[in-house]
This record gives sequence, C-alpha cells and structure tokens, in this order.
Amino acid sequence: MTPVFECSHITKHYGAKAALSDINLTLEPGRIVGLLGPNGSGKTTLIKLAAGLLTSTSGTLTICGERIGPLTKSKVSYLPDKDYLSGWMSVSQVIDLFHDFYENFDRVKACEMLNRLQIDPEQKLKTLSKGNREKVILILTMSRSADLYLLDEPIGGVDPAARDYILQTILTNYNESGTILISTHLISDVERILDEAVFLKNGTVSIHSAVDDIRNQYQKSVDELFREVFAC
Amino acid sequence: MPWNFDPGRPIYSQLLEMIRLQIVSGRYAPGEKLPSVRDLASEAAVNPNTMQRALTELERTGLIYAQRTSGRYVTEDSDLIASAKRTIAREKTGVFLQEMKQLGYGPEQVTEIINTIDSSENADQNVSDSDAEKK
Repeated sequence: MTPVFECSHITKHYGAKAALSDINLTLEPGRIVGLLGPNGSGKTTLIKLAAGLLTSTSGTLTICGERIGPLTKSKVSYLPDKDYLSGWMSVSQVIDLFHDFYENFDRVKACEMLNRLQIDPEQKLKTLSKGNREKVILILTMSRSADLYLLDEPIGGVDPAARDYILQTILTNYNESGTILISTHLISDVERILDEAVFLKNGTVSIHSAVDDIRNQYQKSVDELFREVFAC
Repeated sequence: MPWNFDPGRPIYSQLLEMIRLQIVSGRYAPGEKLPSVRDLASEAAVNPNTMQRALTELERTGLIYAQRTSGRYVTEDSDLIASAKRTIAREKTGVFLQEMKQLGYGPEQVTEIINTIDSSENADQNVSDSDAEKK
C-alpha cells in the first residue's frame, strides 16, 4: 500500500535556524497519528510542509506518492493553527465557500455536525467565541473526504465536554482510508483515539511508535512519557 | 459515556478485559451478536483500530467468534464462559489477597473477615471490631 505521507531526509531552515533536520517519517492509510512535541519543536513547520505552504530546504516529501503540488492539495484537508477565515462571513457563507472550493466537501455532513453542536449557521464568524470558531473550522476540515487530514492544534480553545464530542466526531467521520495527523498539547485527551504517536524534539523525530506499544514498553501513558521526555 | 483506562497499560488489553467482563456478567448473552467495531469504538471513545485489535485477541480466547459477513458473536459454550469467569475471579482475588498481605493479613484472617461481613448487616462495624481484637 502506498503510504499516505512519506518524507525522507526533510530539512527546513529558517535563515540560520534549523526548524527540522533530517526527518524521516512514513504514515500508512487509515491511521490516527499524534504529532507531539514541546513549543518550537517543529510540529507546525512539518505540517505546513505537507500542506504545501512551505518548501523544504532539502529532502523529499510525498502525499500518496505524489510530490507536493496542486494535486496533493486536493488530497489534503488542512486545519491551520491560526484563524484564517474572514470574520464578516456567516457560517453558512463559509460552507458555501468550501462547497465551491473543494470537490470532496460534504455539505450535508457539515450542516449535521454544526446542528449537533448548536451553532447557528446565520451567525457571523466574528461574533462566535474562540471555541465555537474552532469547532466550525474543524467541522469544515473534517467534512472533506481527504486522504490526509492535517490538524494543527485543533481543540485548544474548546471546553472539555465539547472536546469529547469533537474527538467523537473525528472518530466517526473521517474516511476509513484517510490518515489524520494531529498536533496537540492536550495529549491525555487525544491519546485514546490515536494509533501512533510521533515525538518531535528539536526538529528531529525522537519516538515514533504505536500508542499501545509505548504504554506496554514504558508502563506509562503517552502523556506521562511526554512529561518525562520533555521535562524542563 | 467513554470508558476509563489505566494510564500504564495498553488500551487494547483493557478493552479486551472490559468486553470479557460484559460477556461473563451476562450483559452480552451467549450467542448474542456484538455491536460492530465502529459502534463499540464509538461507545468506548477509542480508535476503531484499537477496538479491532481487542476483539481479534478476544477471538483467540474463543469467547467470541467472527462470522464471515455478519459480524461477531458471543460463544454459545457456557462452560467456556464459566471458566473465563472463574479465571477472572481468581485473578481479582489474587490481587485482593496481595493487598491484604500488605496490610498484614494472611488468607485465614481474610477468610475470617469475609465471614464476619457475610453474617452481619453492619459490615463496616464488624471489620473495625475484628481490627480491635487483633490489637
């Protein structure tokens, strides 16, 4: 099976600073993978490379066997770490925008989820709270039928009850051959839905392992291991 | 409601134990069809691959079996279920006895305490009574 995401010897410099150095990482279809690391470890850089927003200094990165380009953008559904939608738009206008923009966007699914979370489609984005805006953007991202979902800090501003619903949403709605790469600091919340965890440390992959193998090997949860590996 | 997990052990093995418990306690009757992997994973709020692994391992014990197209069923072999139940009881009792040992009670004293709890309505009172006797 062609890996959904494959990078070999990826290095990315910002000027003299190396954000990523010699990353080798392969992700198979149908997995939910946690991209974990302290601030400044290179998580967002790696995700932006895969989304085609940055180009690497050296190394190759492929999505479903394709080099990053316009074609891979149709296979990747990306949720940035920053709010990127215009505040003057209403939720339903953003849905129209996504519907126009992406062939693989499932409008019915998006509306169902918004309804479940009791978000009024006529509300303007700027009048929504941070958490509700995050929910809208996550719903839009997950309503595309993509091969790779890149979620950069998706649930930071969401309350714990809604977080459970959102994780549930991710579990029940992602297409089964798709892979989700999710970067987050809320490890204990997402740990149970992950297949694999990738630890980034100073721009290199320090651990890449199945969650249950980590729990087996270290006799601790991924959250506890993280706190130990990255103790200040 | 998501199920709860111990941090230090693999999730799939805990899922296996939870489903096994539901089988031996009769929540899933012998011969009953189990919900789909997706539904079970959703109920437990875990990754479907993890649930799949738990069920595959559970199949190996014979407590459940897969039928090619129609899903997974609980075994109809009630002896097997009874023996699984006994195994769990032995394991749990072993853990319990270990804890009692740390408190300084041997198996005979534990049996004594169990008997006093059994024969009395006010169990807590009796446990502290027998504590006092020891001193």
